[in-house]
Amino acid sequence: MAVETIGTPLKRREDPRFITGTGSYLDDVKLSGVAHAAILRSPYAHARIRGIDTAAAKAMPGVLAVVTGGDLADLPALPCAWPAGGASGGGGLYTNNLDTPRLLALDDVKWAGEGVAMVVAETSELAHDAIDLIEVDWDPLPAVVDAWEAVQPGAPQLHENAANNVACAWFTGDKDGTAAAIEGAEVVVRQRIVNQRLIPNPMEVRGAIGRYEPGTDEYTVWLSSQTPHIMRLLITAFVLGIPEHKVRVISPDVGGAFGSKIFLYTEWVLVMLASKQLGGRPVKWVESRRENYVATTHGRDHVTDLTVAGTRDGIVTGLEVHTWANLGGRLSTIAPGVPTTLYGRVLSGPYAIPNVWCEVTGVYTNTVFVDAYRGAGRPEATYVLERAMDLFAAEIGMDRAEVRRRNFLPADSFPHKNVSGLYRSWNGQELSIDSGDYEPALDKALAMAGYADLAALKAEARERGKLLGLGISSYIEVCGVAPSKWIGAVGEGWGAAMWESANIRIHLTGKVVVTTGSQSQGQGHETTMAQIAASTLGVPVDDVLVKHSDTLGAPFGYGSYGSRSGAVGGTAVVKAADKIIDKAKKVAAHLLEASPDDIEVEAGRYFVRGSPEVARTLGEIAFATDLGFDLPDGVEPFLDETAYYDAPNCTWPFGTHIAIVEVDRDTGLVDLVRYIAVDDVGKKINPLIVDGQIHGGIAQGVGQALWEGAVYDANGQLLSGSLLDYALPRASWLPVFELDETVTPSPVNPLGVKGVGEAGAIASTPAAVNAVIDALAPLGVRHLDMPLTSQTVWRAIAGAEVNPA
Amino acid sequence: MTQEVALVVNGVARTVQTEPRRMLVQLLREDLGLTGTHVGCDTSQCGACTVLVDGHAVKSCTMLAVQADGSAVMTIEGLAPETGLHPIQTAFWEQHGLQCGFCTPGMIMCAADLLARDTDPDDATVRHAIEGNFCRCTGYHNIVKAIQAAAADIRGEGQPTADTAAPQG
Repeated sequence: MAVETIGTPLKRREDPRFITGTGSYLDDVKLSGVAHAAILRSPYAHARIRGIDTAAAKAMPGVLAVVTGGDLADLPALPCAWPAGGASGGGGLYTNNLDTPRLLALDDVKWAGEGVAMVVAETSELAHDAIDLIEVDWDPLPAVVDAWEAVQPGAPQLHENAANNVACAWFTGDKDGTAAAIEGAEVVVRQRIVNQRLIPNPMEVRGAIGRYEPGTDEYTVWLSSQTPHIMRLLITAFVLGIPEHKVRVISPDVGGAFGSKIFLYTEWVLVMLASKQLGGRPVKWVESRRENYVATTHGRDHVTDLTVAGTRDGIVTGLEVHTWANLGGRLSTIAPGVPTTLYGRVLSGPYAIPNVWCEVTGVYTNTVFVDAYRGAGRPEATYVLERAMDLFAAEIGMDRAEVRRRNFLPADSFPHKNVSGLYRSWNGQELSIDSGDYEPALDKALAMAGYADLAALKAEARERGKLLGLGISSYIEVCGVAPSKWIGAVGEGWGAAMWESANIRIHLTGKVVVTTGSQSQGQGHETTMAQIAASTLGVPVDDVLVKHSDTLGAPFGYGSYGSRSGAVGGTAVVKAADKIIDKAKKVAAHLLEASPDDIEVEAGRYFVRGSPEVARTLGEIAFATDLGFDLPDGVEPFLDETAYYDAPNCTWPFGTHIAIVEVDRDTGLVDLVRYIAVDDVGKKINPLIVDGQIHGGIAQGVGQALWEGAVYDANGQLLSGSLLDYALPRASWLPVFELDETVTPSPVNPLGVKGVGEAGAIASTPAAVNAVIDALAPLGVRHLDMPLTSQTVWRAIAGAEVNPA
Repeated sequence: MTQEVALVVNGVARTVQTEPRRMLVQLLREDLGLTGTHVGCDTSQCGACTVLVDGHAVKSCTMLAVQADGSAVMTIEGLAPETGLHPIQTAFWEQHGLQCGFCTPGMIMCAADLLARDTDPDDATVRHAIEGNFCRCTGYHNIVKAIQAAAADIRGEGQPTADTAAPQG
């Protein structure tokens, strides 16, 4: 019986319910007697509230409750769990200027979409009808939407305690050393680049159901969330001030998240309060897509001035970056951590750049709050770095691949302490990049792309009226951020550790239940974790059931984000399985009348060394242990073990992606004709799932490069306010992706895995942009800001033709 | 005020009293409890709500329930034969054509419409056919493969197995 399933492309075990329409996403949870909530949202980006008249709404038949901010004035604003700070060398931290959303706005609103009042009614339609009857007396104020403009003199001010709209000021690296490197460099290139605001757009929007149990004073809350355990902690301890054990949080099937469902949102708490107010009637709130665009976090939104310095023979000697990061009108749960630690500390990427200085200004603007979106800081860093490498290569007239090659960290330089401060934190905890071998991935990608024949490809395209371009992006990822003692450095983490839990129970019949603290949003944990447990325990994968997403009866878990579930959550499963095996050995020794030290285990069979023919299977041992009729002294009944695994380091995937585009000279339309990805994510547990993650990441990253962008007008109105206006990639816009791999097992964990959830989104954005710039380079175009729509590209072409370089 | 709608859903005749402003998707999800059809947007862009109405793919968030009066509607719950799966469902499973699964029912129903018209669509044809269905997870790569694999199965060539970047075994 084959039990080794790690590394095999097993079909996913969650799929039967999804392909038959029997999954249960948040809005599919139908509770009897449910009432429906709708939220009145501010139409103004910046305004004071003079008064709210809810009389007409309250009088409407079918309306059960109307709640405004004044009704909830005694409850605190939501917590910000990651105030940036703690950078080496005394990175600035303003502790007095954190402003987070209140459950409903009290005196003022800071973005168009901030919640002002909640109506609960018999039906969703009635609730939405009733919010239209609420009269708010608004006092509109001037708005600012751009991070750089918001810190200029004379800009509208959002918060009294945040001078110049600065939410946080943070830095890392070596300021003087970098300044000296730039001062003395042979070549210096400067560029302002914009990493535009994105809307995450999981296909399932957010929703919540709260149900209060009057008899026990307990709550059950269903959330479309990546982090049910953390939500319970934040809701109880930081907002409602009720006991944590009185709340059960369930995340049913989650229809995508991409970061946007990590966070604590006001609606999570509002449905609980409403249910209590209604004496225990369940209350459901599900946002519309348009509401999602103004009530759920956005991503990215950086303005960056970069300076890259180096030698004429292609060695980069310094990188200086100042980034203004737009954090929105108020801070989301980990907003300040994303453009600081997750960005600045990995700015040097796969390169041996000796001098790096990164300064980040986190800025309030009258826009939707910005927080982690697939990659969270690392795509922004990689975009800056890979644009810098191309700008530098163009400046010195050297081949882009060769410049990357000359600056790669050598394969024998690991573990590597990078200069952008990854290894430093105030309590002396050091991290290093554990492993890597970057050139083979670059070589493989170049070979797949036919890089040597690029000139001929370009010439052939020119004959068809097309400008062909090829873009290279070499990247590293940071997955499974750890260990907790590093995270625990003040301001470095989000006030919580970053280990993960797993519980394994083997029932009398030998069937295995694994409960993981991770939380799938589509990544297939029910399959991957089963493969890990089955392989480690030596049982058929069909005998393993994986549970997650319910705080009841489960060990605390940190959920899924930052590509941590394989490296941290998966290893927790291994550790729990190891404990099961240790105990099973003791019982096997007793059954076989031998010493535990003499027991060997092979594929789930336990035998005395040298006598493999007389063995007990794990199922037989489970039966004996769980029954408990005949156990050795000191051994408790039942095979039931829990592990809390705190990884010693992050993991560090890497790779090179190449995009090939053709630009239509007349229309500026960019056609992505080929996309090549060579990724090293360590060992793969399920190659089918790994490839799928890369595919999806590529589409999202290319989406940013070419089409996506949240657009505000000067008054703070979201112009790209619906899925009709926001250009999500469609099937016909994307090519077949060409994937290959190198495999450098991670030395950090026993599985040798690294993580893959975000790699595609990190690598692909600069690959696509570099390709378009390469196509336009003959016209003298050196840089364009994303998205590279046909309008943007056409304007560049037309401009170049008017003013030839 | 409600209005009576009589329609056949997944082969079963149903009569529903519904508000005239209700969309077909709400009738399916709220009145008939068929929650396999999803709502992903409010501008008819995402296609998660796609069902077959009289054999044609329709975005059920865009059609009033009363407009479906007298129609035969098939949802994801009605696609599979009594035992087993429809070839498109099998292919999505085999080819890893889904991740979070939220777009999947609509994507599968859209593919059913395509494959009823064309049992050998090339890559471009498939991509064009599913242009009205968003998937945020897969980059469409494996969805296209799945639909072509289903086509092969429908043509009698069987279900191809999935391949990956990694050497298998």
